[in-house]
Amino acid sequence: MTDLLERKAVKQENKQNVSQRGLFGQSFSNIDQGSQKHQGQQPDSAFLTQQTVADIPQHMPPAKMSIRDLNFYYGDFQALKNINIDIPDKKVTAFIGPSGCGKSTLLRTFNRMYDLYPGMRAEGNINLDGKNILGKDIDVNLLRAQVGMVFQKPTPFPMSIYDNVAFGVRLYEKLSKAEMDNRVEWALKKAALWLEVKDKLRASGLSLSGGQQQRLCIARGVATKPEVLLLDEPTSALDPISTGAIEELITDLKNDYTIAIVTHNMQQAARVSDYTAYMYLGDMVEMGETDQIFTNPAQKATEDYITGRYG
Amino acid sequence: MTLATVTTDNDQTSQPTSRFEDRYNKRLYHKRRLINRLGLGFAISAIAFGLFWLTWILLTLFVEGFQGLIEMPVFMADTPPPMGDGGLRNAIIGSLMIALLGLAIGTPVGMMAGIYLAEFSQGSLLGKVTRFLNDILLSAPSIVIGLFVYALMVKGQSFSGWAGAVALALIVIPIVVRTTENMLNLVPNTLREAAYALGTPKWKLISTVTLKAAKAGLTTGVLLAFARITGETAPLLFTALNNQYFSTDMSQPMANLPNTIYQFAMSPYDNWHALAWAAALLITMTVLIVNILARFIGGKDHTR
Repeated sequence: MTDLLERKAVKQENKQNVSQRGLFGQSFSNIDQGSQKHQGQQPDSAFLTQQTVADIPQHMPPAKMSIRDLNFYYGDFQALKNINIDIPDKKVTAFIGPSGCGKSTLLRTFNRMYDLYPGMRAEGNINLDGKNILGKDIDVNLLRAQVGMVFQKPTPFPMSIYDNVAFGVRLYEKLSKAEMDNRVEWALKKAALWLEVKDKLRASGLSLSGGQQQRLCIARGVATKPEVLLLDEPTSALDPISTGAIEELITDLKNDYTIAIVTHNMQQAARVSDYTAYMYLGDMVEMGETDQIFTNPAQKATEDYITGRYG
Repeated sequence: MTLATVTTDNDQTSQPTSRFEDRYNKRLYHKRRLINRLGLGFAISAIAFGLFWLTWILLTLFVEGFQGLIEMPVFMADTPPPMGDGGLRNAIIGSLMIALLGLAIGTPVGMMAGIYLAEFSQGSLLGKVTRFLNDILLSAPSIVIGLFVYALMVKGQSFSGWAGAVALALIVIPIVVRTTENMLNLVPNTLREAAYALGTPKWKLISTVTLKAAKAGLTTGVLLAFARITGETAPLLFTALNNQYFSTDMSQPMANLPNTIYQFAMSPYDNWHALAWAAALLITMTVLIVNILARFIGGKDHTR
């Protein structure tokens, strides 16, 4: 009996330790202390240096988007801390990091998706072709037509497969029937779905399987030919073959578009991206060429994550 | 400290445990099983009690109503004078006209208010007040609504089908508002985000994506509202009143089934009693069919 009580007490103490550490880590996250390090435990953001403007890799292609001093808040909680990076034009930039580190949040500032929810706000600058998209004078509809996005979960609209793909195109382009047919076929081929649906384009988008639905959504995102394409874990619901097709699509698309992809699959990041950014607890830890990040990271925290010692 | 915890944990799990049959508390288990049976017994007797009355009501209704339907030319003739032969034609037509018109007035208003609440209000004061007032309207006694329309449209003028339709519309609106808001809230936000991500303006998103996604639920709501108003008596009592003769003039008093039942059932005449039963059966069947239709449409949404 006493044994049991004792163990309970110890457990509680441990819990308190953990929560204190969490608080500590957040409140001092921007300070570089770098002394105590628990082997095998979560790295504290206190032990890493935040990436600054000066750390942006040299010899990068011109930036399509440049993010400067970006802070993001969910109410009182600060989800992004002083982000400074460039998204190079016509390249693939991958964002990696453990769950809850702010990768998706960052991606959702690029097309101002957070606008939909009261209580969320962003401060700083995100310059798309030199124009700050966080400004009040920006028409978010036009911005979103220019900066497309594909989500983690498939979200087909309750309409036919054809209409799903044509939906976004019809909003901003007036195409003839033949041109539209071509565009839909092109998009579906790009998303590796054409062969499976070419005989049932009039069937409901909801009648497809989960993986097919996701490829339909990718086709829908590609069909409008946005300048920047944001992919939020686009392949986490797909089988290896479809994933391979989507990765090919990404490689193919980067000839014309700028792509930003969030992924939990580090092999995927290594395979498809030209640049990789590692984030942790709302901090941008390191961004560089993918080869350099994966073979010779500048920071210990990045190395730990990539080698699987944490994450 | 942490290490010590781990070792004690290991000691605990390494001890051999006896078989489950030998170590569980039989008295505790039997007691729980008894309580379970008691609870189940109460629940079943409650069901039986409720079903008993319901079956009785429906049986009586069917027997008496079918007699009326067979004996009288219900669909062919108008309401008769006492002791005469007749049917319910004027009341059926009148009821249909008032109810459909009420639905036609109430549905658009209710839908738009529901769309506002679900898609636009987002915790604003106007949204909260509207929702609260709508809840009050939803549970307001229908006789109050009848009285209100009486004061508004009948007093000093005359009883009319229009007033009846407006009274029924006031009953339709809160039901449609509530179901529209609920059904639109069921549409996953990811769908909205996906549409916004393509640069869709809000009105386009609502008209082509969310309303389509919630179509089955919205239809169900309208049908249920229709089922509700087909049986409403009190609001028609002060507004459409009743009419012995066949009339499609909405500005005159209009015959309707609920008030015909009310008037005929209270009378001492047998032929009126039979017609009242027949009218009651007609209303019940309409409600039943509409409800089945609503279930059918609502259920189709998930199997598609």
